[in-house]
Amino acid sequence: MRAKYVMSEVFLGLWRNISMTVAMIITMAVSLTMLGAGLLLYNQVDVIEEYYQTNLEVVIYLERDVSEEVTAQIESDLKSSEYVAQVEYESKEDAWKRFQETFEKSPDLVASVSAEVLPAAFRIKMKDIDDADELIAQFADREGVYQATNQKEILQQVFDILGGAQRLTLIVALVQGIAALMLVANTIQVAAYSRRREVAIMKLVGAPNWFVQAPFVLEAVFAGVIGALFAFGTLIAAKIFVIDGQFADLFSLMPPVEWRSVLLLLPILAGVSAVISAITAWITLRFNIKV
Amino acid sequence: MPRYATHVLEPPERRTASAARLRLVIQLEGVTKHYPRSNRPSTEDINVFIDKGEFVFFIGPTGAGKSTIIKLLLREEVPDKGKITVGDIDVTKLRRWKVPAYRRSIGCVFQDFRLLPNRTAAENVAFALEVIGKPRSVARRVVPEVLELVGLGGKEHRYPHELSGGEQQRVAVARAFVNRPLLLLADEPTGNLDPDTSIEIMRLLDRISRTGTTIVMVTHDSNIVNQMRRRVIEIENGQIVRDQARGVYG
Repeated sequence: MRAKYVMSEVFLGLWRNISMTVAMIITMAVSLTMLGAGLLLYNQVDVIEEYYQTNLEVVIYLERDVSEEVTAQIESDLKSSEYVAQVEYESKEDAWKRFQETFEKSPDLVASVSAEVLPAAFRIKMKDIDDADELIAQFADREGVYQATNQKEILQQVFDILGGAQRLTLIVALVQGIAALMLVANTIQVAAYSRRREVAIMKLVGAPNWFVQAPFVLEAVFAGVIGALFAFGTLIAAKIFVIDGQFADLFSLMPPVEWRSVLLLLPILAGVSAVISAITAWITLRFNIKV
Repeated sequence: MPRYATHVLEPPERRTASAARLRLVIQLEGVTKHYPRSNRPSTEDINVFIDKGEFVFFIGPTGAGKSTIIKLLLREEVPDKGKITVGDIDVTKLRRWKVPAYRRSIGCVFQDFRLLPNRTAAENVAFALEVIGKPRSVARRVVPEVLELVGLGGKEHRYPHELSGGEQQRVAVARAFVNRPLLLLADEPTGNLDPDTSIEIMRLLDRISRTGTTIVMVTHDSNIVNQMRRRVIEIENGQIVRDQARGVYG
């Protein structure tokens, strides 16, 4: 009976102040969408890092006129190195073949490069890619080594872009979130004012505080959850139409954004939104409804 | 000028201790409340002891501090100095979260009735039970009884705007009394009513008082005070200037 009363008060309160309710839900939805996107990016950076952690290589290019003894010495030193998991020798011919395959679609480029130009190389799989710098330091200045490179440095740019995008989404989420919470506070104030008669009478007859506050707090929670649902819908749409749709080619360069991580956002967003809205409403009430 | 013997205040120490504990419902000891930043009426060193079942009028000019005493008793305000005890509860030391439970032992009636306009008479009374978690079966049993008691039998389903002022105040009294409170506070309950209706409300309060409920009533209405001949406490500038058993308005 009390629950029924509380629920009817919640919907009445939201309806009485419908324009504010809608504004509150929209700002919340935008904020939560950004938060969700930020979390996905965060997750994505992790996934990419893990993916390349196992696939990244250190490449040691050899001088063009290196002797066979030196090559053999380098190979055996590499194989005995504590950092190295696997060593693969790529001869000049292999390198040329790989070059031709890579630039298959640019025959002009292929034609302009002669097989002689490309150096032989060792492609090294690391036990831990983070040790690449040490390995490079050990071999870079050796006789017969032309250059030692770490693919991680190239990837760093990709990470920087993803990290920047992630920061941007989180900043937008924060700013929108603050706006949303101010709207929550305002909505609660208006609701408390329009229901001041009931509230005064409830307090007079000794209604417990939670009972007086429950309709207001639930109003905020309800709006928060609806906002989270909208945000979730937007993210689902983004997954279907942007990531897997229009820009599928672009996103195929990196490991896919999985459905599992998108779906996981619903409980996270709804939970975060409900809890923060409830706390905001409760704090607002402490200033607006005195015992 | 009517003659009156000034009531000599009996401090609780003079009574036998157990009797004092059993009978005293309100003790105000040296209660002082100032509002430094507003011109709301303050009170200064108020000492009042009220027994169970007593009917007490607080009278005095507007702004004397009468309603402040009601607010202090309801624990809407906390005194700067002094001690307030209601029943066996030290109101001045009451924790915030215990205030709602405390208020359940007090019924309240105001000049402006304070009824919910979108609820019927019976629903207004039931609301007081509902919000403190009494089951609906209790409301079904008790509400008609108490409405009958206040003389509104047959008008349970009228809305406040369908009732006269006197009838609305009866609903308010019913709501205040439905929990059988220890204490009933009435802040100008007849302030919006015509003299005949006022007398009816006073008869009702008198009947409630005879059930053992202590009643504290703030009023300007000299006719009522003079007719009732109950204890009168007069306040001026926040201080008690007269405390008289079976007093008149003066």
